[in-house]
Amino acid sequence: MSEMQLNEKNVLYRPLFGPQGWWLLGLSALVVLVLIPIANLVLPQDSVFYVSAYWVTLIGKILCYAIVAMAMDLIWGYCGILSLGHGLFFALGGYGMGMYLMRQIGHEGQYRADLPDFMVFLDWKAFPWQWWNTDHFGWALLLVVAVPGIVAFVFGYFAFRSRIKGVYFSIITQALTFAAMLLFFRNETGFGGNNGFTDFKRILGFSITTPETRISLFVITALILILTLLIGRFVVTSKFGRVLAAIRDAEQRVMFCGYNTLHYKLFIWTLSAVICGVAGALYVTQVGIINPGEMSPANSIEIAIWVAVGGRGTLVGAIVGAGVVNGAKSFFTQAFPEYWLYVLGLLFISVTLFMPQGIVGLINQWRKPNQES
Amino acid sequence: MHSKLIFYIVVLLSGLLKPLPVLAFDRAAFESVVLAEGDERFKALDTLVAEADNQTPVLLKALLEGELQRAGKQIIWVHEGRNIDPLTQAPLSSELPDKEDVVVNNRLRGALESALAALKLVSTDHKTRLAAAKELVVSAEEGMKPIVKKALAKETDATIKALLESILATMELKSTEVPLRLQAVQVLGQSSNSNAKTALLAALEVESDEGVKQAIKTSLKQVETRLVWGQRLGLVFAGLSLGSILLLAALGLAITYGLMGVINMAHGELIMIGSYSTFVVQNLFRHIPAFFDWYLLFAIPVSFIVSALVGMLLERGVIRWLYGRPLETLLATWGISLVLMQTVRTFFGAQNVQVENPSFMSGGIVVMSNVVLPWNRIMIVIFAIAVLLAVGWTLTRTRLGLFVRAVTQNRAMASCVGVPTAKVDTLAFGLGSGIAGLAGCALSQIGNVGPDLGQSFIVDSFMVVVLGGVGQLAGTVYAALGLGFANKLLESWSGAVIAKIVVLVFIIMFIQKRPQGLFALKGRSVES
Repeated sequence: MSEMQLNEKNVLYRPLFGPQGWWLLGLSALVVLVLIPIANLVLPQDSVFYVSAYWVTLIGKILCYAIVAMAMDLIWGYCGILSLGHGLFFALGGYGMGMYLMRQIGHEGQYRADLPDFMVFLDWKAFPWQWWNTDHFGWALLLVVAVPGIVAFVFGYFAFRSRIKGVYFSIITQALTFAAMLLFFRNETGFGGNNGFTDFKRILGFSITTPETRISLFVITALILILTLLIGRFVVTSKFGRVLAAIRDAEQRVMFCGYNTLHYKLFIWTLSAVICGVAGALYVTQVGIINPGEMSPANSIEIAIWVAVGGRGTLVGAIVGAGVVNGAKSFFTQAFPEYWLYVLGLLFISVTLFMPQGIVGLINQWRKPNQES
Repeated sequence: MHSKLIFYIVVLLSGLLKPLPVLAFDRAAFESVVLAEGDERFKALDTLVAEADNQTPVLLKALLEGELQRAGKQIIWVHEGRNIDPLTQAPLSSELPDKEDVVVNNRLRGALESALAALKLVSTDHKTRLAAAKELVVSAEEGMKPIVKKALAKETDATIKALLESILATMELKSTEVPLRLQAVQVLGQSSNSNAKTALLAALEVESDEGVKQAIKTSLKQVETRLVWGQRLGLVFAGLSLGSILLLAALGLAITYGLMGVINMAHGELIMIGSYSTFVVQNLFRHIPAFFDWYLLFAIPVSFIVSALVGMLLERGVIRWLYGRPLETLLATWGISLVLMQTVRTFFGAQNVQVENPSFMSGGIVVMSNVVLPWNRIMIVIFAIAVLLAVGWTLTRTRLGLFVRAVTQNRAMASCVGVPTAKVDTLAFGLGSGIAGLAGCALSQIGNVGPDLGQSFIVDSFMVVVLGGVGQLAGTVYAALGLGFANKLLESWSGAVIAKIVVLVFIIMFIQKRPQGLFALKGRSVES
């Protein structure tokens, strides 16, 4: 499985981990963590630099997607495993947090009942077992991390053990998320069926719609994004990460060298799923809705294109890609909704044909001659 | 025999002499159906039906359709804009004092409808009689006993006779005489109709006689066994039908993915293009209504060619540059599928389009009263077999097939001995895409045709190929049929969604055991 064309020397280190990279990271962190909150909270509404709630939510959403994209890059870019089921882990994290947020609504639903509206609607008398203990924030956090982690671990163990790789693995992950979507569409599953969860009121007692809560969630998301980047950097630059890259480029040789590739793949796969789950939880608090549509195969494939556009095997590329593609998506779906699928489709085609290393690859190409001269 | 012959002649003649009033018509009964109140109307209706002649259905229909009016005791039939006397058909003055509509309430409406159905039982047309008998199985009423008996006496066709017998038996279940009831129960025991079961169950509730009770139980068991067999037969056919649809959808994939190793996520969209081609051909044929039924014959090659051309274009333009990079191919072809979907939306709109069945494909074969095999599904099973044979023949008996297999087994060697590998790739991909087009043509006959049509098949058809094993047509066939049956069987137990989930989980587990599918390739090509 050596379809990755990323065999340049030291490609792991170049884009992010030089001194310029650190500067860039610090600068972006400054913008996201300090300037945007100030622009939203402190500046008056008629100022040129005022950032409205709409923009905060949009950027917050894109930051969540960037986390997902990095999770994808960890397994695809560094380990050569293309997952078409990452939407499932994202949604599982989202549902874990969503359950807590639903419990926080309390008696303020349409029916003023003890149970969430959709359960009243279905004429249920008590919470089903999945909802046990979900009124505790800590338990919700545990669910957000543990459920995607366990699902990924079990699935990954069986898949990697029987050495399913490449396209086979991709198709099976797609089937997995498809099956889960069908399951969550059913009312009997206990997660609100088609409509999923929405109309949240509070988180940890704070109203979820105030600017202060929104900015806090935004800052938390940005911090977790940076944390993910650092964790990812630590993993891929360690010896462990070198083995992963070796597995990507020539799995059989790595096995003949005496490594048990199952452990490596399983660890990075599970880590990636957990990161996705966290991103999903952050997404729900900011966007305010989660439904089974998040598990549709199309959504999961889109994650792959974020990474491909940004540049695989670079981590920052994932962030760039998620930002560019989703920025374009917001623009097109508002300005020219009928053209967005053309753009997305052509993006898939042109990136794979002409830009196998993505935007980051292009920047590298452009910088290389400069360095040599 | 003679009496029957005479009866037919009389019916025929009276059909010819329709405008003439027939003297035997019970005028008093008719008047009380129209003019009286409450139960009297229904009693009169029963009399009218029992003594029915040729004029009865015409007048009852007029009453049902609100064409009758009254002015005091005088009944007026507003027929084709003129006021006439319904019985003599003599013209009446158009200026009648206190004219009012005859009120037909819902109960009378129902009674009239089944009376009309009962009257059709004595029609000379075989089809009309059959339809009427079928209708009455559901809605027979006590008052129709005489006419059903009358019809039964004259009936020659075995199917209709059996139906009539069970109708009569259903009525006689309520008889007060034990032997009559017993006989009725036994007759119903021979039926394979769910209505017979309902009637027997109802009778069991109220039955007092021990002997009859026992007979009812035996008959019930017989009917139930027959019904269960009917259901099983229906289930097997549903499985076969779904299997053949999956087979059609997956056959093209078996060539492009199975043989060529190209993972084509736009396969579903090629199916959709086939469906839309059929739609376009259908619209062209609307201009020549006389040949409308034949549009399908033209749609088959057209959908093949259109999809094949689109496929070849994709291979030349995009896929060719990605050989040996399956993950990239997957993403690029997904992009293609998005573009194709949006293109179709731009040209044909986002709504589903209407593809009509040709007249010879509507309706179906009635195997048992609860099992109907629709013609369009039967045709698709046959079509799938035909396509399978054609593909098998192309791959094993033609030069192109030989080249495709050669390139699959050893590209470099095939190229060395002069096989134009690039051309073969394009043609093979075109063949696979064309078959997808054929699948689309077939699917347009049984389901909705919309821009999203392909999306719903992509997971299923990949599952078929993955389960069947790469590089094998036989594997694809078994996997498609197996998945079709499994899906339908599970559906009957647990509902459609759970069935789908169970099947997907099963495939995921199966792949654990046999990662290469049902029929694994052996030898060198395994790890390439």
